[in-house]
Amino acid sequence: MTNVPGVPALAYALQQLINGVTLGMIYGLIAVGYTMVYGIIGMINFAHGDIFMVGSFLSLIALLGLASLGITAVPLALALTLIFAAGLAALYGWTVERVAYRPLRGSFRLAPLISAIGMSIVLQNFVQVGQGARVKPMEALLPGGIALMDDGNFAVQLSWMQIAIVVTTLVVLAVFTWLVTKTPLGRSMRACEQDLKMAGLMGIDTDRTISLTFVIGAALAAVAGLLFLLYYGVIDFFIGFLAGVKAFTAAVLGGIGSLPGAVLGGLLIGLIEVGWSAFLPVEYKDVAAFSVLILVLIFRPNGIMGRAEVEKV
Amino acid sequence: MSLLSLTGVSTFYGAIQALRDVSLEVNEGEIVTLIGANGAGKSTLMMTVCGSPQARAGSIVYDGTDITRMPTLLIMRRRIAQAPEGRRIFGRMTVRENLIMGAEVAGQSNIAGVMDEVCALFPRLRERLAQRGGTLSGGEQQMLAIGRALMARPRLLLLDEPSLGLAPLVVRQIFSAIRTLNRETGLTVLLVEQNAHQALRLAHRGYVLVNGAITMAGSGLDLLARPEIRAAYLEGGG
Ligand SMILES: Nc1ncnc2c1ncn2[C@@H]1O[C@H](COP(=O)(O)OP(=O)(O)O)[C@@H](O)[C@H]1O
Ligand SMILES: [Mg+2]
Repeated sequence: MTNVPGVPALAYALQQLINGVTLGMIYGLIAVGYTMVYGIIGMINFAHGDIFMVGSFLSLIALLGLASLGITAVPLALALTLIFAAGLAALYGWTVERVAYRPLRGSFRLAPLISAIGMSIVLQNFVQVGQGARVKPMEALLPGGIALMDDGNFAVQLSWMQIAIVVTTLVVLAVFTWLVTKTPLGRSMRACEQDLKMAGLMGIDTDRTISLTFVIGAALAAVAGLLFLLYYGVIDFFIGFLAGVKAFTAAVLGGIGSLPGAVLGGLLIGLIEVGWSAFLPVEYKDVAAFSVLILVLIFRPNGIMGRAEVEKV
Repeated sequence: MSLLSLTGVSTFYGAIQALRDVSLEVNEGEIVTLIGANGAGKSTLMMTVCGSPQARAGSIVYDGTDITRMPTLLIMRRRIAQAPEGRRIFGRMTVRENLIMGAEVAGQSNIAGVMDEVCALFPRLRERLAQRGGTLSGGEQQMLAIGRALMARPRLLLLDEPSLGLAPLVVRQIFSAIRTLNRETGLTVLLVEQNAHQALRLAHRGYVLVNGAITMAGSGLDLLARPEIRAAYLEGGG
């Protein structure tokens, strides 16, 4: 057997690309929630990563529940789980805004931030107490996949799961884009994001629009939670922290406030993380995201697609 | 018949009083102007009518309903629309989207029809429908701000310094559009201006605001003729 130099390297790179894009899609879905909330009320919702974690647990509960009811057809089970997890996580997102942020609107700038950190701890402890601190495994729903560029030595694996993740994300983002660009709610959201005071002066219900922003962000995070669960097969109450930091980094890298930027940032962070794991010690892969965050904040705080900083209250 | 009436209205920003016992009347079909120097409280009066901030004392009655304590969003759904100071158009939305927003928020269903009327009034907007609001010139942005307010088909239009920073020719266009609207559709207008000369010539009646209090009232031409107005607002003052 001849070992053609170059081909394995190319195949290896392609494999990393596939893995990175899959992971990046998940980060992108979470990042959208960070960037939307920042855009509209100018705060970093530190509890958003934990909403993602809650969404992941809700997905696990739904999948196990559906299995016990005998609903095992994968597409049906996934669709029902998605609706259940996104719906309930949306309720969590709504509640967090209502309870922890809205009463603080108009107070000093750090107040909602501190409240957000508090909410993050509350959600983590809530899940830890309710579900236990141990890692929750789940068996693979969609085993197998396609082997590409198989030269006998090394084959690029494209799993069904990866395809499902990418397709689900693209569909969800397409619906989301339509919602933001073409519907009255989307126009109201953009109006509030650009000039909250003027939006109110036109008769837009700004409180409701802000609530719905949290609801939509949480639903997207829950979709990410489901996909994360399917991809890794294990979750615990702490996954929201790391994924949250990475998605937040993605939002900053893409340009906080920019929706396409959040998705692009997510993809880049996914690729960076996977690339790092491929060539550098895998134990330090989480350092990659933190390093990117620091570098972006130092050298390009407006991110790739970001606008010049505007002061928000 | 009075469409809007303020009685003894006082408004505060924290401890600072910005309006003092203001009483003012706008009748249906009238153009009323409020003139005053920078910082007199003109914008505060406009915003108080819209409930943001709310009056601390006094009452505001619109179309027979007391709106003094009503939340802004409910006031603005009663066919009151404001083109606020500084225009505040949505710069990252297209002109068309800005206009649509004005209509749909007010529950206006015939969006295409009203947009046609607005574009007939300001033909420049029709040419720019697909352009982002932020790329318009100052005059076009003011037309958009007024157009957006008109999309709600208001009975009462509040205009806060529409002439600010615009070339005389553009100001004439805008004032003539306001006059046309008033004559042809009976639209009631409350117009805030520092540009007292043109405002008083356009308006049926005017009020003068000094340090948050009304000091003079009268017909537009009457106020124009008064020496103290000429001194303070027309000849290099204000
Ligand atoms: N948001 C605010 N907070 C505190 N003071 C304000 C605020 N807005 C206006 N003021 C004060 O209220 C007074 C009236 O302002 P304003 O209504 O904007 O005047 P005008 O529109 O006539 O120029 C001014 O002294 C101004 O400094
Ligand atoms: Mg003003």
